Amino acid sequence: MDAVDVARWQFAITTVYHFLFVPITIGMSLVIAVFHTMWLRTRNPDYLRLTKFFGKLFLINFALGLVTGIVQEFQFGMNWSDYSRFVGDIFGAPLAFEALLAFFLESTFLGIWIFGWGRVPEKLHVGAIWMVHIGTVLSAYFILAANSFMQNPVGYRFNPATGRAEMADFWAVLTNKVQLVTFPHVILSAYMVGGAVVMGVALWLMRKHAGTGDEPMYRKATKFGAIFALVASLGVIVTGDIQGKIMTEVQPMKMAAAEGLYDTTSSAPFSVLSIGSLDGSSATRIIEIPGLLSFMATGSFDGTVEGINDLQVSERAKAEQVAARYGPQVAALVTAKSYAPIIPVTYWSFRIMMGLGFLTMFLAAVTLWAIRKGRVPTSKWWLWVAVIAPLAPVFANSFGWIFTEVGRQPWIVYGLMTTSTGVSPSVSTGEVWFSMIAYTLVYAILAVIEVKLFLTYVRRGADPFEEPVDPASKGEDAPLEFAY
Amino acid sequence: MDYQLIWFGLIGLLWAGYLVLEGFDFGVGALLPVLGKGKDAADTEKRRRVMLTTIGPHWDGNEVWLLTAGGATFAAFPEWYATMFSGFYLALLVLLVALIVRNMGFEYRGKRDNDAWRQRWDWAVIAGSIIAPLLVGVALTNVVRGVPINQDMEYVGNFFTLLNPMSLLGGLVILGLSLTHGAFFLALKTKGEIQRDARALGTTLGLGTAVLAVVLLLWLGFTQGTVWSWIATVIAAVSLLAAIYANTLAKEGWAFIGTAITFAAAVATYFLTLYPNVMPTTLPGGTSLTIENASSSPLTLKIMTVAALVFTPVVLVYTGYTYWVFRKRISTKNIPVPVPVP
Repeated sequence: MDAVDVARWQFAITTVYHFLFVPITIGMSLVIAVFHTMWLRTRNPDYLRLTKFFGKLFLINFALGLVTGIVQEFQFGMNWSDYSRFVGDIFGAPLAFEALLAFFLESTFLGIWIFGWGRVPEKLHVGAIWMVHIGTVLSAYFILAANSFMQNPVGYRFNPATGRAEMADFWAVLTNKVQLVTFPHVILSAYMVGGAVVMGVALWLMRKHAGTGDEPMYRKATKFGAIFALVASLGVIVTGDIQGKIMTEVQPMKMAAAEGLYDTTSSAPFSVLSIGSLDGSSATRIIEIPGLLSFMATGSFDGTVEGINDLQVSERAKAEQVAARYGPQVAALVTAKSYAPIIPVTYWSFRIMMGLGFLTMFLAAVTLWAIRKGRVPTSKWWLWVAVIAPLAPVFANSFGWIFTEVGRQPWIVYGLMTTSTGVSPSVSTGEVWFSMIAYTLVYAILAVIEVKLFLTYVRRGADPFEEPVDPASKGEDAPLEFAY
Repeated sequence: MDYQLIWFGLIGLLWAGYLVLEGFDFGVGALLPVLGKGKDAADTEKRRRVMLTTIGPHWDGNEVWLLTAGGATFAAFPEWYATMFSGFYLALLVLLVALIVRNMGFEYRGKRDNDAWRQRWDWAVIAGSIIAPLLVGVALTNVVRGVPINQDMEYVGNFFTLLNPMSLLGGLVILGLSLTHGAFFLALKTKGEIQRDARALGTTLGLGTAVLAVVLLLWLGFTQGTVWSWIATVIAAVSLLAAIYANTLAKEGWAFIGTAITFAAAVATYFLTLYPNVMPTTLPGGTSLTIENASSSPLTLKIMTVAALVFTPVVLVYTGYTYWVFRKRISTKNIPVPVPVP
């Protein structure tokens, strides 16, 4: 493997890993904010206990999301310096906005929330967790705007004097049509994750504590998580459908690759599964739904979907036009042997994403049915539901991103710069290997610690209710409600 | 006014803000084995928890200053970001790993009631809190003194190029200032024995750091100094001595403000020495990165300026609020009994 391959693997590993924790953080912060608000409104002890219990799980998860996020911010410069030079004028701004508007908000108010028990006025304390949630959502907005620029570069112009792409219209970058549909899709997917995690954990505890005084509390959380995941998943489907159509418009190759469709086809079918190689010669579709691919791509079952072979020709022609317009500097950036991504990866990641998403929706629905009217599902199969329900949407998110990013290849910025030209010239292959091994080892160790700790706290369940004491009535030397 | 100049100044401010803020939490983390040592095991544990709790609500927000400095450099000076981050590759890798293990230490140390578990995370906090400021100091000093950069603005040195005497001294100064700043912060935020010990140690650390800092700043001043950088140098030296003096008078608020000014003035010295370069080359025939040739387009800088003007005051207000709301001093008596977690 050369430096480009290792840098790509490193980006894939660190980003997929980081994004295991991100949707949990976005989704769970909202659930916790709701529980905390319910405590304030109803003074029902269950809500305070749930807030604190899920708060602990949230923080165990947040720690890893935070530390792996720092690596992301540095990685563009470290491994992809030529990319940073070429598009930094546009791409850097949303990153700076993210730090200034989102990271400060998130980290400062999380500090207030963690240490604020019994030290901060209660309304403000609840407000703090809402601010954390808003911070996570803002953060998603800016980083997705940056990513959407890579999928569909808008609002820029090439400056021959500086030899780079420069900002022409920041508003266009922030309201990129890819961004406007990607953002709700990602946020709703994160909500689906948050709901499913809460549902799975609470379901497991509800079965464990069935018949005790804690059962109603865990039932409440299970039900809330299930409804939340179910509603969010409906939104994920709707936004995903719109996204497919916009993707077909701006990146037709990605849609063709998602199906492994080599020849342009009218009323193209969608294959649920296939066997054999996907190189266009011998793949056998096992289950095919007529016209579905056309519908996903165009909104009509009779629509025409362009195939990979035709798109190779038209993408090359487009690249040559760009090269002719901007000259030799850019010609080197847009020349590639093939303009198609790795078909099996796009084909399967697309299906795994959707499959796991539908599975989550299904599990949320059956859970809701199984716990109706005070029932406790007893079959041991429900243990599997409690375990799979949180994991399925997390990995659906991962595969969604693998699809999105691999499907864009060979481009790092679609139609403007190939991935192989973005890598850092001054960093040796050995150095990239070294850092990749270092990150992978550290991340693997932290993953083991995190999962063990998470499960320990799940098993422990919610702490007993303690009536909060008015901070003003406490003496100088009274123990803090929370200390490290 | 000239946007490039504004952003050069703002990035300097971000680094100053980063060091003023994270400097003290680095110091507190690094002093854990010294000031966190009590009469017996139980006292040691309580003292460590007091120390960590003083920085608990703040360290994460403090670290965002680093991310903002990085993001702002990317947006305002993409060439600088690209050259520096790819050039200082291994040093930044070590910095990132140090920050990762340190942050995990804060978050996870109290999550199990187990001595071996806590000790391991303590070491993560201590090692991370020493290595990180050391590397930040080495990196920033290298930026100022210059590194080999070729005519294509690519760094052509290696990891060991960065370990030159001046930059290593710079690393030690930033570490020493962090330790002193951390000790003064603890004196300000605690009471009882920890406060007394922090105060005593702060003076010693401060004097040691003052010697190193004066050597570094004179060295830098005589080789590359300008009138303005000399003024900043004098402010740095005077504020550090004043801080030590205030500490001996038990005026811990003034002592802390003093080292905060020292950090800011030290960064100012660096940036005033740099100007108009942002990353000078030491290579004959190489290209120095300047605020002109490394910067973004005027439009990007303008957008960023508006954002900074609107949102920075908001950030400062709520950041200030956290320091106000957690202003009470704490002592070992305030430490709750740990909740047993298997």
